[in-house]
Amino acid sequence: MERLASIQARIEAALPEAKLALAANPGASGQHSLVVEAAHLEAVARRLRDDPELQFDYLSNVTGVDWLDRVETDKVRVKREYQGEEIEVEESVERRVPGYLEVVYHLYSVARGTGPLVLRVRTGNRTDRVDVPSLANVFRGAELQEREVYDLFGVVFTGHPDLRRLLMWEGFSGHPMRKDYVEPDDYEYEPTPHGEVAAKASRRYAKRGQP
Amino acid sequence: MESDLRSELSRQGVMIVSLEALYNWGRSNSLWPLGFGLACCAIEMMAASMARFDLARFGAEVFRPSPRQADLMIVAGTVTKKMAPQVVRLYNQMPEPKYVMAMGACAISGGPFKQGYNVLKGIDRYLPVDVHVPGCPPRPEALIEGLMALQRRIMRQRLTGPERPRHLQAGEASELPVPTLGARDIEPPYHAAVWRPPRVARAS
Repeated sequence: MERLASIQARIEAALPEAKLALAANPGASGQHSLVVEAAHLEAVARRLRDDPELQFDYLSNVTGVDWLDRVETDKVRVKREYQGEEIEVEESVERRVPGYLEVVYHLYSVARGTGPLVLRVRTGNRTDRVDVPSLANVFRGAELQEREVYDLFGVVFTGHPDLRRLLMWEGFSGHPMRKDYVEPDDYEYEPTPHGEVAAKASRRYAKRGQP
Repeated sequence: MESDLRSELSRQGVMIVSLEALYNWGRSNSLWPLGFGLACCAIEMMAASMARFDLARFGAEVFRPSPRQADLMIVAGTVTKKMAPQVVRLYNQMPEPKYVMAMGACAISGGPFKQGYNVLKGIDRYLPVDVHVPGCPPRPEALIEGLMALQRRIMRQRLTGPERPRHLQAGEASELPVPTLGARDIEPPYHAAVWRPPRVARAS
């Protein structure tokens, strides 16, 4: 965390217009990350690569996350009048967070033996503002992996030299790794369905009028 | 012919067989597989053809790089929906008589990826499969057993009469239709001439 904060300070000193945010990971891995605004992504990545103290010269992984609309509750302390006297109570306030797509980059420094540095970029929403600048001009290795993220999540990488589908075929509609992806209705009999497959089986047989 | 007489003649150096048996014997002992692997099953297929397991003992060591020279297509591995048209195309390019072996859980039914969005639920939807070799992946011994099962099957084949193979029947189409990739799924989902979805009999 301290190291990440020092990297953040170093980048913000070099690029004052780029605002970075620390995203803490509360899990056991403790792999915290830096959230970058999409407009400054390429400059930040170039700075991380070229800074003589950082030298993050290897982009190991590009992947995507689909975040649906969610409601978060914040605890706030407010003053309330209760039985004639004013007391301070804790109230939970619900806050609606609109959904977005997130692209996650893992950077390593081969020269210094450090890493991974996790960068996150968020799109405006999940439908029409889904563009993120491409890093293919900074790290050549991003080219293929960004095509995969485009294929499976539908993030449009602006400035990508060859943005085509990678795993699914040309002419396929939809992005299979999105949480609202509806797969074709091609369930077939399985002798021992369980879990989601059992639910799919019961839906299928209800539709066909079979018990 | 009586078997006593046949064995007596063979002891004297005279072999008497039917032309059908000779033809089947020749074919079953020179099955040339197509060198064609799709996933990890292909590693086991390679191991089966190498010195330790030695598929050459059954006349099937000549893996051909061209479908024009192959008799047997071993569908070794996961067939994705994107790959399925190419698999059918390769099958169409093989000369008759030709055989198909579905090797491993994925080629048989989609295996662990059956409920996924991109994997075909078994190659028998599009191709007439002669032998299914289960396993994930099957050991080379299992592949050899599958090959021997195919050899036994070929030895039983009749060349005349109503049970003669497809390619000897004049009215049969020589090529199978190649599926196309649609906007949502592969189309059609199966060829009705080759495969029908199973009917589920349920006690009401």
